[in-house]
Parts: sequence; structure tokens; C-alpha cells
Amino acid sequence: MDTVIDIAGLVKRFGHTTALDGLDLQVERGEVHGFLGPNGAGKSTTIRVLLGLLRADGGIVTMFGQDPWHDAAELHRRLAYVPGDVNLWPNLSGGEVIDLLGRLRGGLDEKRRARLVERFELDPTKKARTYSKGNRQKVALVAALASDVELLILDEPTSGLDPLMEAVFTDCVDEFKDGGRSVLLSSHILAEVERLCDRVSIIRAGRTVETGTLADLRHLTRTSVSAELSQAPSGLDGLAGVHDLAVEGVRATFEVDTVHLGEALQALGRFGVRTLTSQPPTLEELFLRHYGEEVAS
Amino acid sequence: MTGALTVLRFHLRRDRLMLLWWIAGNVLLYWSQAVSTDGLYPTQADLDKAAAGMADNAAFIAMAGPARALDTLGGQVAWQASAFGAIVAALMSMFLVGRHTRAEEETGRDELVRAAAIGRHAPLAATALLVVIADVLMGTLIALSLISYGLPAGGSLALGLAAGLTGLVFGGVALVAAQLVESTRAAYGITGAVLGVAYALRAVGDVGNGALSWLSPIGWGQYLRPYAEEQWWPLVLPVVAAVLLGSGAVALFDRRDIGSGVWPARPGPARGSLGSASALAWRLQRGSVVGWSVGLLLGGIAYGSIGDDVADLIGDSQFSKDVFTAAGGSIVDSFYATAAVMLALIGGGFAIASVQRLRGEEAAGFAEPLLATALPRWRWAAAHLVVTVVGTLVVVLAAGLGMGLGFAMVTGDGSAVLRLTGATLPYAVPVLVLAAVAWLAYGIRSRWAAIGWLGLGFCFVVMMFGEVLQLPGWLMDVSPLRHLAQTPAEDFRPWPLAVLVVVAVAAAAAGMVALRRRDVVSA
Ligand SMILES: Nc1ncnc2c1ncn2[C@@H]1O[C@H](COP(=O)(O)OP(=O)(O)OP(=O)(O)O)[C@@H](O)[C@H]1O
Ligand SMILES: [Mg+2]
Repeated sequence: MDTVIDIAGLVKRFGHTTALDGLDLQVERGEVHGFLGPNGAGKSTTIRVLLGLLRADGGIVTMFGQDPWHDAAELHRRLAYVPGDVNLWPNLSGGEVIDLLGRLRGGLDEKRRARLVERFELDPTKKARTYSKGNRQKVALVAALASDVELLILDEPTSGLDPLMEAVFTDCVDEFKDGGRSVLLSSHILAEVERLCDRVSIIRAGRTVETGTLADLRHLTRTSVSAELSQAPSGLDGLAGVHDLAVEGVRATFEVDTVHLGEALQALGRFGVRTLTSQPPTLEELFLRHYGEEVAS
Repeated sequence: MTGALTVLRFHLRRDRLMLLWWIAGNVLLYWSQAVSTDGLYPTQADLDKAAAGMADNAAFIAMAGPARALDTLGGQVAWQASAFGAIVAALMSMFLVGRHTRAEEETGRDELVRAAAIGRHAPLAATALLVVIADVLMGTLIALSLISYGLPAGGSLALGLAAGLTGLVFGGVALVAAQLVESTRAAYGITGAVLGVAYALRAVGDVGNGALSWLSPIGWGQYLRPYAEEQWWPLVLPVVAAVLLGSGAVALFDRRDIGSGVWPARPGPARGSLGSASALAWRLQRGSVVGWSVGLLLGGIAYGSIGDDVADLIGDSQFSKDVFTAAGGSIVDSFYATAAVMLALIGGGFAIASVQRLRGEEAAGFAEPLLATALPRWRWAAAHLVVTVVGTLVVVLAAGLGMGLGFAMVTGDGSAVLRLTGATLPYAVPVLVLAAVAWLAYGIRSRWAAIGWLGLGFCFVVMMFGEVLQLPGWLMDVSPLRHLAQTPAEDFRPWPLAVLVVVAVAAAAAGMVALRRRDVVSA
């Protein structure tokens, strides 16, 4: 497979704080890669290193096989970026900013620009000073999506968008991806991640703690099981991967590591299952588990 | 109004240093006029002679104000300081108002304050009170400092009142402007324009029959006739004007929404023509280039219009001869050499501010989306650097041109235009050395760009007080301005200029190398 972004052991320090502490990240061609982690985990810092704005203190970073620090301008022809905090020159109009950024990137697709302005319901004649946060974000989104690039780097691009515009954004990313192009998407909006991302990387405190498809990640977590049996069970607590077991007469509830789910069900079968409910972890649980402390164990 | 006093206390806490600088600076302006007049004309005979030379110099009157009692120390101080002192007071009020009204709304901090349990008018009232306090304090201290120097109390009081009340009127103008438009810059633009018109009205009025001066707040202050048989009734005019402007601002405030102006912001073009880093850099800095150029053109005309009356002006004292003929050559040429250096240094304000602009762009996060395009970092920085260099040349050229034009108008000597312009332009190079040093500092670390102001301040001190303070020669030689031929008093020498060019280029190149190696961070 074709790796667009390849980061191994990235270290970035600001004075005494270590923002990135050996981070790994691979984004393959044609995928939308979710980039997740709690506040201050180092997502924006990683992105700024990828853009050649920050200089890495250690590790290997390549984008399209090139060094993002040395070949920044050349690489930037092939990517577009939407920052999390969009700051625009207060006395330029949105239209002027879109055209400026597009031209500096090497030209934008006129038809697409017009269509995006319409779809995002953006008034391009307003001065940037008078835009709301969401509208500033739309300016950056239109400028990015209207250019002909192979990679989108998006840092919380929808944090200010209303649900309607969020849906437009989702469609746009889908269309972009259909062309076999790649997206690195940092986001705190889990529904958006679930809807868009092929794979995700979760980072914490400057390190990658998990990478994979959402299905893979689900597999790594626990499923909660609640069963009513024909006879009172015994020996369930000895099973591998079972946690928080509670037995009340013929009722058993527990959580089980998803890899061990099969064995647990087999064990239950011996006591005659009358009813069974099992719940895969919600996305929130999944992330809370990875964001929280306990994952370290 | 609930909470106005709390907000006011907060303003005073935030502004105490800034207020100190403005007030001390303006008091010093008046006081130093007294000291330097005393030094230039130590005897009554000197004063009489100077008065005779100045009293019918129309250019001088247009610059400073009506010539009254010029054969007294007080009259001289009032003449030299009243117009400029009033302008300083007006600018202080303008910045105080802009900072606490429109700028707070633009950043959204105003909303935080308004969400607290305070009255709707409290922020406005607190700002108005702050301006009153600052202007009263400034006027009082000006009066006290002049009285303590030994000038008559009545005239000193009139002069202090003139400054403070003019400041108050323009505080009112700024308060109205802040209600009209949505951006702080635009509010400053309106207030600055009113100030410019007020200055021009009294210039024309003072040269003519004085009628137009009654339309100008600066003129009202001068009609108090400090040290020349004071008349007090014109005090009513600025007080009434300030009250009217203040209530007008409140009325306008009640008719608008927080965050927007009475005049809605005009829409911009839907399509942009900006397509390069250079076009953007020029767009961002052109207002500043034009503003500084016009300002220095006027400043140049002011100096130039002194013409060749310089000898009379300077008087016979040894001190003044030392100051103005240090460069050798004729006294007129020496005077203009000093004036050229002075104007070029003022133009240095543009150069340093222009380097700072790059830092501002980076800190505000404007650089980030730009640098994520195919625009190389060096080209982004170079675009601004080119504007700094060309802008500095234009600004200094404007100063020289103004000086030549002013001189030619007064003396009828048309060749002076080229001669004085040519004599001033070389001083752009040492100014660019200062800019290059600021640029180098910026390249190493963005916050360090402010070092440029220190450099500029140092050069001012060396030029004005270097000899008086008896600074060691090597220290004074750090100032790049010390190494040029003092044109027009001395013949132009290409070598020192070439060396300074090399220094500037080297510093700029080093700055560029450093900038390309460091992180780009937004604040
Ligand atoms: N210029 C800087 N100087 C010092 N520390 C910094 C700087 N930029 C980032 N940091 C620190 O680096 C760490 C990572 O910050 P970063 O902005 O990358 O987090 P993030 O994952 O994007 O968080 P969020 O979800 O809140 O956007 C934080 O601890 C932050 O304080
Ligand atoms: Mg971030």
C-alpha cells in the first residue's frame, strides 16, 4: 500500500514541555484517517510539524516520501489545510481570502469554488472581521476543498459548524475521498469520526496509544453481557477476560474482553441460557477508555 | 451606570504605565521648551531679536500658532508648545477611548465584562471618566511644571488648561467615532482626520484674520492667550463641546448593537485580486506607508519653511551655536543637516513598525494558513521586507522633499528642492540598518522584534543628548547615524554609506537564515 504520511517516533519539545513524545502515525492513500486524543494531547502540534511550521526534535517524518520541513513549499502544492482556529485578516473579504489562498496553493477550480460557496451558504462579500466563528471556518473549508490536492489536513474543521453545515462537510469529504485521495482529520466529534473515518489513531500525552479501524478498536474493548440462566452459574469468575462479575441467583452480568467473548458464551451455555443481552461498547466508552488513565495498564 | 467605578479602577490598573508615559512625555515637551528657549536666548536682547525675526514669519505661525508676547519666555513656550502639546493630549485621549471601547468590542472581551452585573452604560461611562482623569492630570501637571520653572502662574494655568481641554474634546470625538464604525482602526482614522482638520483650520485662521481658528479646538486653547493677557471665557467652548460630544456618543450608543457600528461595515469584493505574497504585504502595509509619508512630508515642510531665517532663530548664545553648527559648514546647512537626521529618525518609526508587522501577522495566526500553501516561508518574509525597505525610502524621501519644498516656498530658491531631498535621502540607510537589526532579532525569536524600538530610542538619545551627557565615543558610534557625512553641511561621502548598506544586507540575510530555521508559532 501507498503511505502518504509516515511518522515514526516523533518528538517535539517546547522549552521544558514535551508536547510529542515518540508519536507514530501512518496515513495510507485513499483513506480518511481520524486523529483523536484529549485536549493538549499533541494533535495540532503534530499537524504543524507536518506543515513544516514546527521543526521536529526527533523521529522520522515523511509526507509523500519527502521531508515536510525541507520540502515544505513543494509539498504544500499537494495538500490543503484547515486550522482549528481560523484567523483571517479583518479587513479582507471572505472571497478575497479564498482566492488568495487558492492562488498561493497553485490555483483553484472555479466551478468547484462557486459550488462550495453556495453549498456552505457563505456570503463571500463580508469582511472577515464580521464573520462568525463558523463562517470563518467555512472560508477556510471552501479555500481548501476548492483546490486540486491529494491530501487534506483538517484540524477540528467543524468545531464551529451547525449540524446542517456539518452534513455538507461530511458529503464534501466523501466526494474528496472518492477520488482516491487522503484525509487526516483531527476531531472531537465522535459521530463525525464514526461516519467518515476508515482508520483512527488515538494519541495521549504525545504518544500513539492505539491505531486501527473502528472495528479493530472495538475488538480491543469489553462487551457487557447480561444473561438469565436455567440454573445458578458457578466458576464464571475463573474465566479469562471476565470483569465486574455479578451473580444473583440465576442472573449473571459481567463485562468481557471482546476477544474472549466466545469462551464466555460457551461457559454460559453449560448453565442453559434463557435470555441473553450483549452490548458492544459505545464509541464514547471506547474513547473514554483510551483517553482515561486506565489504558496504560 | 452600576459598576462603572469598578470598571474604571480596572482601566486605571491596566493603563497606569501607558498613562505615565503619555503624561510625562507631554509635560516634558512643555518644560523642555522653557529650558531650551532659556538656553537659546539667555538675555532679553536675544529674545527681542528672535521675536522680531519670528513675529512675521507666516510659515512659523501656520505651524505653531498666533505669535503673541514672543519677547517673553512664557510667550515663546506657549507658541512653540501649545499646538503640539494639544495634539499629544488629543492622541492620548483617542488611544484611551479606542482601546477601551471599540477594541474591546472587536476582540469580544467587552462581552465578558458586559455579562457581569454592570449597567449598560457602565463601560462607556468608565472610559469617559478615565479620559477626564487623564486629561485633567496632564493639564494640571503641565501648569505645575511651568510654574515651578518660574513662569507666571496665570499663563501656565491657561496653557495647561488648553492642553487638557483639547484632549477632552478629542476624547469626545473618539467616543463618537467609536460608535459610528466597527473597527478600531477606522475609529482612529476618523478622529485623526478631525484632528488634522482642526490643526489646518487654525493654521489658515492664524495666518489670516483668525476667524477660522474659532472653529478649531486647538484654536480655542490658543485663544486663552497664555502669558499674553489671558482671557478666560473661551474655556466655555471646549467644555460645552466635550459635553455635547459625550452625550452624542451615548445617544448613538443607544441606537446600535454591541459589536456593530451605527454605520454598517461596507461589504468587500466577492472575488479577490490578491494573488501573491507581495500583493498581500503591500495591501496590509500601504495605509501605514501613505500615512507616514504624508506626515513626514508635512514635517519636512514645517522645517523647510523656517527658510534661511535660521541664523536669527538660533540666536547668539554659545550653546545654540554648538548644537547647530557641530557639523561645520554654514549655520543654515548645519541646521538642515540636523533636521534631516531628525526626520529620518522619525521615519525610523515606520521602519521598525513595519518589521513588527510581520511579527504581528505571525502572532495573530494569519501566517499559518499562508505558510500551509505553496508559499515558501522566505518568500512570505521577503515580501514584507521589501515593503519595509521601499516604504522607508519613500517615507524619508517624502521628508526630504517636504523640507525642500518648504524652503523653496519661503526663499524662492527652487534648486533647494533637489538639494535638500538629496541631502536627506542617504539617512534612510542608517534607518534601514536599525530595521535590519530588528529583523534579525525577529528572525531569531519573534518576540525579540521589539528590540528595534530600543535601537531607535538609543539613536535618538545619542543624537539629542549624546554630547550633553558626555557619552563615551565608542558607545555613540554604535548609532549608525553617526557615520554618515552630515549632508548638506558636509560633502556627500559614498564609502560610509556603502559600509552601512553591507551591514544592513548582512543583518537581513542572517535574519532570514534564522527565520527559516525556527518554529513558526502563533501566540
Ligand atoms: N508554542 C507552544 N509553546 C509551548 N507549548 C506548546 C506550544 N504549542 C503547544 N504547546 C503544548 O503542547 C501540547 C500539545 O498541544 P496541542 O495544541 O498539539 O494539543 P491538541 O491535541 O491539538 O489539543 P486540542 O484538542 O485542545 O486542540 C500542549 O500541552 C500545549 O500546551
Ligand atoms: Mg488542537
